[in-house]
Amino acid sequence: MSQEFRLEKIGLINRDKKISFKFNGKKYFGYEGDTIASALIANGIHLVGRSFKYHRPRGFFGAGVDEPYAIVQLYRNGETDPNCRATEQELFDGLETKSVNCWPSVNFDIGAINNFLNKFFPAGFYYKTFMWPKSFWYRIYEPFIRKAAGFGVASTKHDKERYEHKYEYCDLLVTGSGPSGLASAYAAAKNGARVILAEDKPRFGGSLLTSDVNVGNQSGKEWADKIISELKEMPNVTLKNRSQVFGYYDHNMLVMSERISDHLPKSKKYSPKQRLWYIRAKEVLISSGSIERPIVFGNNDTPGVVLASAAREYLKVYGVLVGKKPLIFTNNDSAYETAIEFKKNGIWPIVLDTRMNPDSEIINEAKSMGIDIRFSHVVIAAKGYKKVKSAEIAKISEDKKDLGKIENISCDCICVSGFWTPTIHLASQSGNKTKFNEKIDAFVPDKPKQNEKTLGAANGIFTLEETLKTSFESGEEVSKKITKKENKISVPQVSEKKHAQHDKFWCVPLPKGKTYKRFLDFQNDVAVTDVELALREGYRSIEHVKRYTTLGMATDQGKTSNLNGLQLVSSIENKIVPSVGHTTFRPPYTPVTIGAIVGREIGKHSKPTRKSPMHHWHEKNNAVFVDAGVWLRPRYYKQGNEGLFEASKREAKNVRENVGVCDVTTLGKIDVKGPDAAEFLNRVYTNAWLKLPVGKARYGVMLREDGIVMDDGTTTRISENHYHMTTTTAQAANVLSHLEYYLQIVWPELNVNVVSTTEQWAGAAIAGPKSRNLLQKLFPDTDVSNEGLPFMGYLESKLFGVHARIFRISFSGELAYEVNVESNNGNFMWGKIIEIGKEFAIQPYGTEALSTLRIEMGHVAGSELDGRTIPYDNGLQGLVSKKKDFIGKRSLNRDAFTKEDRQKVVGVVPVDKKTSIPEGSHLVKDANASLPNPKLGHISASCWSVEYNNPFSLAILKDGKNMIGQKLFAMSPLKNKSILVEIVSSHYVDPKGERVRS
Amino acid sequence: MLYIKCPYCGMRSQNEFAYGGDATVKRPELNKEVSDKEWDTFVYLRKSPRGKHLELWHHVSGCRQWFKAQRDTVTHEIFKTAEIKEDI
Ligand SMILES: [Zn+2]
Repeated sequence: MSQEFRLEKIGLINRDKKISFKFNGKKYFGYEGDTIASALIANGIHLVGRSFKYHRPRGFFGAGVDEPYAIVQLYRNGETDPNCRATEQELFDGLETKSVNCWPSVNFDIGAINNFLNKFFPAGFYYKTFMWPKSFWYRIYEPFIRKAAGFGVASTKHDKERYEHKYEYCDLLVTGSGPSGLASAYAAAKNGARVILAEDKPRFGGSLLTSDVNVGNQSGKEWADKIISELKEMPNVTLKNRSQVFGYYDHNMLVMSERISDHLPKSKKYSPKQRLWYIRAKEVLISSGSIERPIVFGNNDTPGVVLASAAREYLKVYGVLVGKKPLIFTNNDSAYETAIEFKKNGIWPIVLDTRMNPDSEIINEAKSMGIDIRFSHVVIAAKGYKKVKSAEIAKISEDKKDLGKIENISCDCICVSGFWTPTIHLASQSGNKTKFNEKIDAFVPDKPKQNEKTLGAANGIFTLEETLKTSFESGEEVSKKITKKENKISVPQVSEKKHAQHDKFWCVPLPKGKTYKRFLDFQNDVAVTDVELALREGYRSIEHVKRYTTLGMATDQGKTSNLNGLQLVSSIENKIVPSVGHTTFRPPYTPVTIGAIVGREIGKHSKPTRKSPMHHWHEKNNAVFVDAGVWLRPRYYKQGNEGLFEASKREAKNVRENVGVCDVTTLGKIDVKGPDAAEFLNRVYTNAWLKLPVGKARYGVMLREDGIVMDDGTTTRISENHYHMTTTTAQAANVLSHLEYYLQIVWPELNVNVVSTTEQWAGAAIAGPKSRNLLQKLFPDTDVSNEGLPFMGYLESKLFGVHARIFRISFSGELAYEVNVESNNGNFMWGKIIEIGKEFAIQPYGTEALSTLRIEMGHVAGSELDGRTIPYDNGLQGLVSKKKDFIGKRSLNRDAFTKEDRQKVVGVVPVDKKTSIPEGSHLVKDANASLPNPKLGHISASCWSVEYNNPFSLAILKDGKNMIGQKLFAMSPLKNKSILVEIVSSHYVDPKGERVRS
Repeated sequence: MLYIKCPYCGMRSQNEFAYGGDATVKRPELNKEVSDKEWDTFVYLRKSPRGKHLELWHHVSGCRQWFKAQRDTVTHEIFKTAEIKEDI
């Protein structure tokens, strides 16, 4: 089976390995080493898609990252990827791909009618057309745009592939393996520097793979191969192909995406699909080369119009002809290499050169080969709809304004070259201000901003000799700075053909009476007329022109279109290009998959999961877990068919009647040690701490400097200079940072150290009227009577030989204790409590019962200490010392904080004693008042009171102090509820607090 | 991502640190009479300079020390980092 456009003896593909693939349902074959693009062109396929706005036929324009047209939907291993560039996606067995942006098919596309309605799609058409009437937006415009616009379709399935992140440090990162990249990496590596050399393509070598040059006595490609094989052997060098450095960030951090499995039918076991590298490089050498830019002419988007350099790459790398009757249209010498390459392979090209009478070695060579060259000639328009069939050409005057007689010549492709644009994206992203180089009509990097330097074509150097010389030097220079070694490398002799000056010509004028569309941006269908219109409508800033016309805003980010757009704006505005300036280059240089950006941080891996030492027991005993920050805590322990409501009610009730045990390991714990510890606590907490005796615990509240409550908890004096502080689970990390801030910065004179001990202790809260009986059995030799261990008392003992700390503190409002043992012994402790607790009808309880118990007691917690409330609001004003100063005290004097009708926590009971009040409901006076109904407060926490067997809530209510006994409405528009409620004391159960002291 | 020199640990990536705001803010002394205005300035008012800024960073995922850094808010250049007790 031969392929019509494949040549026999040229190319770097592996002809021994045929690969079959499907395009739009039809089967084709290519070879290992092909891209989708090269394989399709080899099969004579040039129609791959439809354009974004007008749905005009689209073929291939480039052969790499700059490709604006050939965006396809890829199917691989049961997954689909949108927006793949066919020029980059390598072929693999069983690959399936489809055209995008066309419906019902690429050959007959209904959207193409836009092409004939193009009067309605001028620049800014989204802003103009779809504005009115407003009611049309959702019903008509939006669905229309959604159906007709956009490229691929994102998969709706969970992505099964694995993506990884990697952090790497190196002396030198070289971005691109063309001549400048190879030379500089080699020189630096020989100097002992740790080098990463990144190449976007599968093959190393860049322009050396396609240019006709000699280095030393080898061809350019042979020299590149030799350097690569040497680099591969060096332990200080990391070579990465299929790896795009797409972003240059602060402090020489660059990000690279490595495509590990995209060229394989499926990822290997344990191998990621893609890997994102975060590279911190001491030095960066940017060797990203240059991209050929087109000359603008009529219908220049017709399939078959390609970049001359791409035509050469298809020939030399893939052995593929983009056409058999090529017309080459150029303003410079480099396209002659393409012409000569065609001729060498038996194809007769015609060359149209915009220049009058250029003279150079390569032009003479082309002439001597008998190639038909026509100077002062231009292509006016491509002819043919789905493929170039011919071209209208004409002579052009010296001032490039007048066209001669139009001639139609037959051709099947037009290879266009408007000279080269350095790829300055990375330099610009680094903060480099760029400058305009008149000689090459393009921007090049200016002074480096970070430790970076741009080499070779990316810096506007287009001869190999100078590129190699300066790149070897740069490699030596930057590595010498780091390794202090100096290993001079002699620059090899280079033979290349000298080029004549290019012509600054970039856009072919329209002949009188012709209205051919001349495209600047091929992916977003931005034509010359669109930019002209934008300027007529008053847009001046290039950034505005870009957004109004969408020039350069497609997935290719205008790699082939930006500079021509600038040329057009500058010529209409009569300005020079540098004064128009260019739009900002932002990362990423090429699209990066979301998968690569997210990496492994998906699902359960998106945050760490912390488990208590007793987690396994909870699992075995039917705990239903809830995320509490990064902790997993039992929410309730399911028995039979119970749901959350029944189970939590049962657990809470058992605490009120018998005894319950709750895993409180997750509470934040901080050791505070040092001779000034008491003084420090006295400054941190609102209440007094200087006189707390050893063996006693105290409840404390800490504020931020603005007077808002930061956290609360009990702190126990373990010994003279040693305190054990507890924090809420959620605030543990913040509190530690807060304490460190004051100790290290504000009061460094205090001799105190703090350290987190959260993970050192496993905790169990034992609560309920029978808790003392249980405790006595757990610690038979210890006096745990009300006298031996009074409320807020502390002692240490042995739990069957295991060291334990016993705190008599209560969060439930019942007689309660908290036992801490070292984490390793957590399971042992828990097992003993459950085992011995049996005779007292012990049950474990989860966070839901825990909440119920604290709510009906009126203990404030996270939902009241919500970063907006002061001690008074929480009924904690009694803990605010009047005598001493502390963090945030001065703020409590503020007017708003001392107002008579200040908000305060209250209890809320539905009048019907049946309807549960949704958390977050607003309290209002009149349920039927017109909106916005003045809000008096909100429900912060709700539970089912097990003591009274009716719903009970806490609320933060304006003037709460004077509202007890009032009737209000709790409104929840979300749940569509309006509930008549009565305001009561927040201390619904045991208001005098007798149980905890019993 | 910035590359920050912790005065105690050396060069580390930004994701090990937490930002701590203006390092020139001085807390009024304890037990001292403070005017509303002075207190308000301390709690709420911060400059947002374009250019050099002396600020606090906390090496939370490292040695847990607070330290000072002088950074350019435009270019992110970090000129110097120092222990709290040192002057910049
Ligand atoms: Zn540190």
